[in-house]
Amino acid sequence: MIAPSDPLLRVLGLSVQAVDRRGNASLIVDDVSYDLQRGEVLGLIGESGAGKSTVGLAALGFARRGCELVRGSEFFHGRDIRQMPATERRQLRGAKIAYIAQSAAAAFNPAKTLMEQVIETVAFHGLMPVDQAQMDAIALFDALGLPHPQSFGNAYPHQVSGGQLQRAMAAMAMMANPDILIFDEPTTALDVTTQVEVLAAFRNLIRQKHTAALYVSHDLAVVAQIADHIMVLRHGKVVESGTAARILQSPQQDYTRRLVRERASPTEFRKQPDAAPPVLTITRMDANYTKASRTLRDINLTIGMGETFAIVGESGSGKSTLARAITGLLPRATGDIAFLGETLPPRLAQRSKRQLQMLQMVTQMPDTALNPHQSVLDVIGRPMAFYFNHSPAIVRARAIELLAQMDLPESFLHRRTGELSGGQKQRVCIARALAAEPKLIICDEVTSALDPLIGEEIMQLLQRLQQTTGIAYIFITHDLGIVRRMAHKVAVMLKGEIITQGTIAQIFSPPFHPYTEKLLTSVPQMRADWLDDVLANRVTSQLQTP
Amino acid sequence: MTLFVASLLIFAGTEWLPGDLASAILQNNATPSNLAALRAQLGLDRPIAQRYLEWLNHALHFDFGTSLANGQVVIAEVAPRLENTLFLAAYAAIIAVPLAVGLGLLAAIWQGSFLDRIINLLTLTVISVPEYFLAYILIHYLTVSLGWFPSLANVNTVTTLAQRLYLTFLPMLTLVMVITAHMMRMTRASILSIMASPYIEMAYLKGLPTWRIVIAHALPNALGPIVNVIAINLAYLIVGVVLVENVFVYPGLGQLMVDAVTKHDVPVVQACGLIFAVAFILLNLVADVVAIISNPRLRYRAA
Repeated sequence: MIAPSDPLLRVLGLSVQAVDRRGNASLIVDDVSYDLQRGEVLGLIGESGAGKSTVGLAALGFARRGCELVRGSEFFHGRDIRQMPATERRQLRGAKIAYIAQSAAAAFNPAKTLMEQVIETVAFHGLMPVDQAQMDAIALFDALGLPHPQSFGNAYPHQVSGGQLQRAMAAMAMMANPDILIFDEPTTALDVTTQVEVLAAFRNLIRQKHTAALYVSHDLAVVAQIADHIMVLRHGKVVESGTAARILQSPQQDYTRRLVRERASPTEFRKQPDAAPPVLTITRMDANYTKASRTLRDINLTIGMGETFAIVGESGSGKSTLARAITGLLPRATGDIAFLGETLPPRLAQRSKRQLQMLQMVTQMPDTALNPHQSVLDVIGRPMAFYFNHSPAIVRARAIELLAQMDLPESFLHRRTGELSGGQKQRVCIARALAAEPKLIICDEVTSALDPLIGEEIMQLLQRLQQTTGIAYIFITHDLGIVRRMAHKVAVMLKGEIITQGTIAQIFSPPFHPYTEKLLTSVPQMRADWLDDVLANRVTSQLQTP
Repeated sequence: MTLFVASLLIFAGTEWLPGDLASAILQNNATPSNLAALRAQLGLDRPIAQRYLEWLNHALHFDFGTSLANGQVVIAEVAPRLENTLFLAAYAAIIAVPLAVGLGLLAAIWQGSFLDRIINLLTLTVISVPEYFLAYILIHYLTVSLGWFPSLANVNTVTTLAQRLYLTFLPMLTLVMVITAHMMRMTRASILSIMASPYIEMAYLKGLPTWRIVIAHALPNALGPIVNVIAINLAYLIVGVVLVENVFVYPGLGQLMVDAVTKHDVPVVQACGLIFAVAFILLNLVADVVAIISNPRLRYRAA
């Protein structure tokens, strides 16, 4: 790194220690050093547990409960943040170094208006009079492209959308004109199309005000759009750091190479299996939560044996509702679902044991889908005992077989599910679904709670299982990369309707449906000029359609 | 609706009291013919549903009939007692509520500190001790040893306000101790559960000091549960103070009801029961309304 005489923030040998409930201490950040220059953006990359958020928070002299900054120094304007008295550090926070949290929906206080919260720092520290602060806030709302900037601040957090909240949080951080902004996964909770807008708004803001920033994310492609330098963290240690262009073009370390490659999509689409008999056919189905609204409208689709059918759409498009209607958790209002040649009753309770057995589900959150006190054998063995009345010996033998298919060792049988990592839990969930020997598994965002590389392994596992067992999948996802790599057919949903469907080759090759094209271009790509291209394209397409 | 169910329960409860009103009144003169005559006079021979509807109709017009024990109009007998009960409840509440919320906030701000531990220890002790025992301890120290306050709270209609405050000091103190402990612990727990939220972390990262975060960010969100606990405790002040009233011989509603039960004075028991039910329901209604007003998500749901 080219180091001029005085960087804005110089972090040397930072180490953070975490103490768990049993009192065991471990280093979650180990000897991290970096310089942050004025007007420069440093991207921090790593999977969850890599310590990247902890490094970000440490720049504010803050450690989460159970964590402690044990070593190192953080010089800001030549003063060590760690050694400052608490009062001085507090005056720094929000005023000189500001923080933008991952989930704005959780980080805004639900009981106070946005304006109250946005101007709180400057008003409390007495940096400017309240009416001046409100005018500044309105100017920032305007600059960030928020609707009705004059009255936007009067809303409560639950009244505006996720993307708007995230931008409001950026406004809150910019109020005091800080020297440094800490972005902690600020777009992870957003849809891809919203992410593009928010990312562009952040980048304009940073460039206009010439603010330095630390941008923490697990998504290298996102960071590449905004960062000048990138630092890759793993298990609390720095793996590699350098300019963004250098990291993307010639990564030195194996781990970084895998991260860069992760998004590279195969040129070949998966080949359609030869005219397979249908396993599930939905015709003209509507479903809704309340009588007044129709959440799903006129759904028609057919899934063949051994086929992977992807359903994509942004949050709120109705794709999870569709899964609930198929499983019978939400009884359909009209229309028909045929499964293995017979009509599925709308309600879960009306379905036969065989119908239940043949249709299984794997959900998004393996943490909540498993009882943490049960052993892996309990979890996998239950469906076998329930559907087939297998004896304990057979259940055990079959469970070992399933674990082997999941690449998990036999010793896992007696581990409690609460002790497993996220990826291992998801494997146990898949094994549980397979234990019922189904013909169709609904996978609802099965990898979105996992780190990219672990998610990739789960995807390969599912694909392998399909080849050996001939099972069909419904993949519900917002990740178009997964669809491209995994699916045979795809349906795109928008506002409760399927707007287009077909084979992957049809949907993902020109001519695109306009909405599909918008989704496709919104997926971040591993090149630094991707965001500029997307924005340029959007402007031209808006000019073309008056 | 709730009140209707409550009235049904009260009526049924008094119906199923062991013993019979007529035999209680007549006592030694309870020959079978006398009993039958009195039952007819009291209307006890009519079907239960009919008597219930009649009673309910009258109760809706604030007519609870006449006391069977002494022939007085029930309203006239209950009203001064209710006044006394409300006075004591208000006296205790005015002191206890701010005290409890204040202590709860302090304990939350300095969580884990010496102050927090002392407050927790004291409140836990007070909660663990039955309230009449607490009352006797107070009498022992403040009346017997120090002679500061009277142990009998025998107020009547001519007692002045100052005298009243003085006479009822010990019962008030007992009640304050009991409900403060409960409310304070709930305030502390509600605040602390909110303190784990991401928006509290955000507030720290905005450079705000802990006291400001607790009061401006955590308290508004904890208000719902806190107000609910306050309501339950205020209801206890009206409904559940019979033990304390008894210790201090305070002429409140609870004591009246206990007397009436032993005398099988059904109209008085019913009137007291209904008043208790109304007080309980009203306070909980107020708590729910406050909880909704304090939560913008509930407030704007219709909008």
